[in-house]
Amino acid sequence: MGQTFVEKIFSKRAGRAVVPGTILTVKPDYVLTHDNSAAIYKTFTGMGATKVFDKNQPLIVLDHIVPASSEKAAINHKTVREFVADQQLPHFYDGGRGICHQVVVEEGFARPGSLIVGSDSHTTTYGALGAFSTGIGRSEAAGIWALGEIWLKVPESMKIVLNGIPKKHILSKDVLLHIAGKIKADGALYRSIEFSGSYIENLSFEQRLTLTNMAIELGAKNGYIAPDEKVFSYLEERGVARDAYEALYPDSDAEYAEVVEIDVATIEYEVAAPHTVDNVKNASTLKDISVNQVLIGTCTNGRIEDLRQAAEILADKKVAHGTRLLILPASNEVYLQAMDEGLLKIFIKAGALVLNSGCGPCLGAHQGVMAPGEVTVSTANRNFKGRMGCNTADIYLASPYVAAATAVVGRIATPDDLEG
Amino acid sequence: MAIIKGKVFVYGDDINTDVIFPGKYTYTVTDPDEIAQHAMEDEDPTFVKEVVAGDIIIAGKNFGCGSSREQAAFCFKYLNMGAIIAESYARIYYRNCINAGLPALEIKNLVARVKRGDIVEIDTEAGTVLLPNGDTISFPPLPPEVDQIMKEGGLTNYIKAKLSQ
Ligand code: SF4
Repeated sequence: MGQTFVEKIFSKRAGRAVVPGTILTVKPDYVLTHDNSAAIYKTFTGMGATKVFDKNQPLIVLDHIVPASSEKAAINHKTVREFVADQQLPHFYDGGRGICHQVVVEEGFARPGSLIVGSDSHTTTYGALGAFSTGIGRSEAAGIWALGEIWLKVPESMKIVLNGIPKKHILSKDVLLHIAGKIKADGALYRSIEFSGSYIENLSFEQRLTLTNMAIELGAKNGYIAPDEKVFSYLEERGVARDAYEALYPDSDAEYAEVVEIDVATIEYEVAAPHTVDNVKNASTLKDISVNQVLIGTCTNGRIEDLRQAAEILADKKVAHGTRLLILPASNEVYLQAMDEGLLKIFIKAGALVLNSGCGPCLGAHQGVMAPGEVTVSTANRNFKGRMGCNTADIYLASPYVAAATAVVGRIATPDDLEG
Repeated sequence: MAIIKGKVFVYGDDINTDVIFPGKYTYTVTDPDEIAQHAMEDEDPTFVKEVVAGDIIIAGKNFGCGSSREQAAFCFKYLNMGAIIAESYARIYYRNCINAGLPALEIKNLVARVKRGDIVEIDTEAGTVLLPNGDTISFPPLPPEVDQIMKEGGLTNYIKAKLSQ
């Protein structure tokens, strides 16, 4: 019997054929942590550990509250820097480099066939490069620092087959939200999702990352997209040679717990209304919703392609009176490129506030916290109550096109509303 | 600790980590007692006033979905709660419970059979749950890797024991 991607990678790591439900102990290639590294360090010492087992494993990126918003956050960062210096950890990125998931991709750590875990739920992102990657808890990250290994259970696999050609301005964000509305937030619970079909094959590398980034919002353990030339050449440009990894693909006769087929040509502008990602509505049914704040960025949609799309809508336009627009590039590389391409100029002229790269308002800890009763349209991945710092505010999730059009109109809008 | 007995708090499906332990406290509230005081803050404000050691949460599907923040599991541990029983869990949350040494059982269709304040008894050795009406429900044993961590009282103790070997 053939194997799915996840069965294949775990069999390879275990040195024997494994089936869903098998629990095995593995050595991950990398373990990602961010501002939570200070708390993890505390647990690490609490475990009686003094030395990191394998210095090459930890990837540490400060991104959640950068620059520090308070003395407490500053002490937190200081603890992390001291720990990194003390243990002489080679893979450390201080505040300003970018959001951890974007940095891991840009720095070439995520590769086809990699096994990466991270103390952040959106670690699923690297599946777009054909890696197995998933989120773990803080204590588990401390455990890996101490022992170099972790137990994982081989999940069942689920295939989401996306065929067809999307309508103009319909992005992978709309596709993912459509899937969330259809299968719900627990539709892929504990499963490994394989995204496939002609839509995926034709999809840009950057838009693929949006899909795997949000696989966790469907409950999945990981998301996977078969790596192809787009991935190989991206890595090559970043100095990762083609023989530095081994791409793994599911067998054609592999067994899936469920197969969902979707014709993307039927997908419209999709918006996740408060307070769950699966509360998905067609944008055209939400045109009466006035919006106080629009956020374009985050690890879901803060890449250069996303910013280009936003700029396409915002060029020579102004943000509506009464609405604030925040732009949050996913990394300083994206920031720089947006600057070179003149996108930042478009944003600033439109009246936007361009934030430093990092998580910014996404988790409600600083920058762009909302007031009671306010409404934000965001390109991020979560709209839970209180997510942006205020539990009586509303968050709608949308694509960069819809978010940008909304900023111009001041109410939830789509690019179609600006045409003609 | 074979018997866990306590009153139950009953919740529905998709209780996410933001309502269990609000994200805004993630980096500012670090003291265990203080973490405990915010448990269920955005879902059930009276929860912390009523909960006592040994109490049990019974919930629907996908309990603990959302962020990987451990405080959402540890807050219940710090309250010395007995166990969580849910129809299913978000997987990171399930792992966090094990790492906290907090029993997390997966049992279907229990929400409709109990109400807040009922007394429920779990026998972890026998693998049974006793409901107020006398019904007994069985659940399967934990896989050995997980059982070992639970027996040590959580991942920290488990690793401590391994490092000192
Ligand atoms: S941008 Fe938002 S979702 Fe992404 S890592 Fe940061 S806080 Fe998490």
